[in-house]
Parts: sequence; structure tokens; C-alpha cells
Amino acid sequence: MSEHTHNPKAEAAVYAKTLVTLLILTAITVGASYINFGAFNVVVALTIATIKATLVALFFMHLLHDKPVNGLIASAGFLFLGLFLMFTLLDFDSRENLQPRNLPTVIAPPPAAAPATTPAPAPEHH
Amino acid sequence: MSTSTVDVHPDPHGPGDEHGHDGHGHDDSHHQHHFTTMEQQFDTSKIGMWLFLATEVLLFGGLFVGFGLMQARFPGEFKEAHEHLQRPLGALNTVVLLISSWTMVMGVLSARTNQRKKLVIFLLLTILCACIFLGVKYFEYSHKYEEGLLPGHYYKHVGDKIHDASGHPSPGYATFFSFYFMMTGLHGIHILVGIILLAWIAVRGNRGEFNSSYYTPVDLVGLYWHLVDLIWIYLFPLYYLIT
Repeated sequence: MSEHTHNPKAEAAVYAKTLVTLLILTAITVGASYINFGAFNVVVALTIATIKATLVALFFMHLLHDKPVNGLIASAGFLFLGLFLMFTLLDFDSRENLQPRNLPTVIAPPPAAAPATTPAPAPEHH
Repeated sequence: MSTSTVDVHPDPHGPGDEHGHDGHGHDDSHHQHHFTTMEQQFDTSKIGMWLFLATEVLLFGGLFVGFGLMQARFPGEFKEAHEHLQRPLGALNTVVLLISSWTMVMGVLSARTNQRKKLVIFLLLTILCACIFLGVKYFEYSHKYEEGLLPGHYYKHVGDKIHDASGHPSPGYATFFSFYFMMTGLHGIHILVGIILLAWIAVRGNRGEFNSSYYTPVDLVGLYWHLVDLIWIYLFPLYYLIT
């Protein structure tokens, strides 16, 4: 109850502005998705999503004027998610092949030889 | 939870004014004896809710990490599969959920300022948005079902470009739709639960149970609802936008 509600009208105006900003950011991210930034597509989309999520957390979820402990709990959740993601992707990047050994057929390697409309040649034997 | 004991009266000393006071002279019918003040009781409930929301972040987080991993493993398949999703419908649902977050926060504000009618109206609008969201989702799911774009070994879509060495479609496609249905489905279940919770506080709000000194359930359901919106804010670009 540390929110300062002396002026409900001012507060409603903040919420309206937050909503408009969120809708504009949605339009921007949809528009940007039709432009190809190459490897930066993910970066652009996730940056805008993070700005939107921050706005929701700060204004709609009241973290801006709330007791710091609530923000701390929320940040901790995202911090541990970040660690989880980072170490998983580090592990992935350090492996050359994720092919399980018990599969009967070899799955074609992902990036380079991607658009193969005809079936790939017989499986190689290692 | 009896309603008759709650008298609704505009309280000039709203909870925001409590600094320096001990909370006496307020509507104390919801005050549990193990809390010193109503403010302490409210803050405690809120911390509990935030802890729950942190576990929700980790629940969805695990799925996001799995999605990221498989996207790195099958980039070509994920790019092709994502083109089966209809971007305008995803954008529509994003707008609907953002608006519902606004109606929710206006509902909390109405409860805090003793505006019972506005509280109920805003809650009903939030429920309406939630139903529109699920309607659009149903439309999308049935479209996927008809095209055989289903998870795991139910995947029956024909005409995919990438094949494995034996000529079968790459398992990357089925993996994409496994994650798609798991994540949007889990999110959809959260929307359903949200509708039930919103209906519950709308009924209680209509009875006049909430006012400036007691609106904890409205506030906590609001936090939950915003989290559901926040998760969709990440689901939308990851599934519909990134190519």
C-alpha cells in the first residue's frame, strides 16, 4: 500500500499513457518483423518485448512505487532464468553435433545444406 | 467471507495515507489478528503473490530455454514452420491482452477509490478481452489441426522442404509444433484460470466487499493477470515474428 493514490485521475492518466506506449511498441515490432535485419531480427524483437515487459511490470504491476522487496523477487526470477538460458546456450554452442547415438538414421546437418527438396543421399557411416 | 459484515463507506484515510498511523479507524473486518496492521497484512499477501509469480517465470522460462535450444538445433525447420502461424491473429491477440491489462489496472484503481460500479465494469471488460483471446486461439488451433500441424508424432503436414537422410520430413517441424502447443496451451490454461479468478472477484466486488482499506484480492488477481500478459509479450515475437 505504498502506492501514492492522492490523485486517482493522474494515476489513470499514467495507465492510459502506458497502454498507448505498449500499443505503439506492438505496432513497431510487427512492422519491424517485415524488415530483414538478418541475425539482428531476434535482438530487435526481444529488445522491444523486454521494453514492453518492463513497462507492464513498472506501471501496471506497480513495481515503480512498490516496496523494493517485490521488485527484488521479480528480478531474482528473471536473473535465474537468465543464468539458465546462458549456460544452456553456452553448452549447446560448445558441441559440434547433438545427434543422439541411438537414432537409426542420421539427420541432415542444419544450416548450410538446408533447402534440399530431394531426399538426401544415403546415410554416411562413421 | 460473509458479506453482511462488510460496510462499504468511502474512507477518507485511504491505505495510501497510512504512513505514520497505526491503521486504526479503518474497516477492520478483514484484519487477521496475526498481523499488526492492515497495511502489513496487504504487503505480506503481495510478497506471497510475487513469490508465486517468480515460480511462474521459471515454469515458462524452462519452456523458453527449450524452445531456444531447439531453435538453435533446427533453424531452417523453425523458420519454415513459423510461417504457418498467422501474424495478424497473433498481433490481434497481443492488442487484446494489452487492453485487458489496462482494464485490469483500472479495475484495481476503482477498487482502491471505492468505485464499486466501475470496478465491476472493468472486471467484466477484462473477462471479455480474455474470451476474445481464447476465441482467436481456438480459431488458430483448429486451422493447425486441419493442416496436420500437430505436435510430435501427430504431425501430418505434407510439403515440408527439409528432410532427414531417409527422406522423412525433419523432426524439427514436429518439434516446433510440440513447443508451440505446449507453450501457448499452458498460457491458454492460465487465461482460463484468470477468467475464473476475475469472475470470482467481480462477484465479490459487486457485493461491495472491496474498498480503499481492503482490496487485496483485486490487486493480487491483477498481478497474476499482468504476468499472463507479460508472458504473451514474449511468446508473440518468438513464435509469430522472428524469422
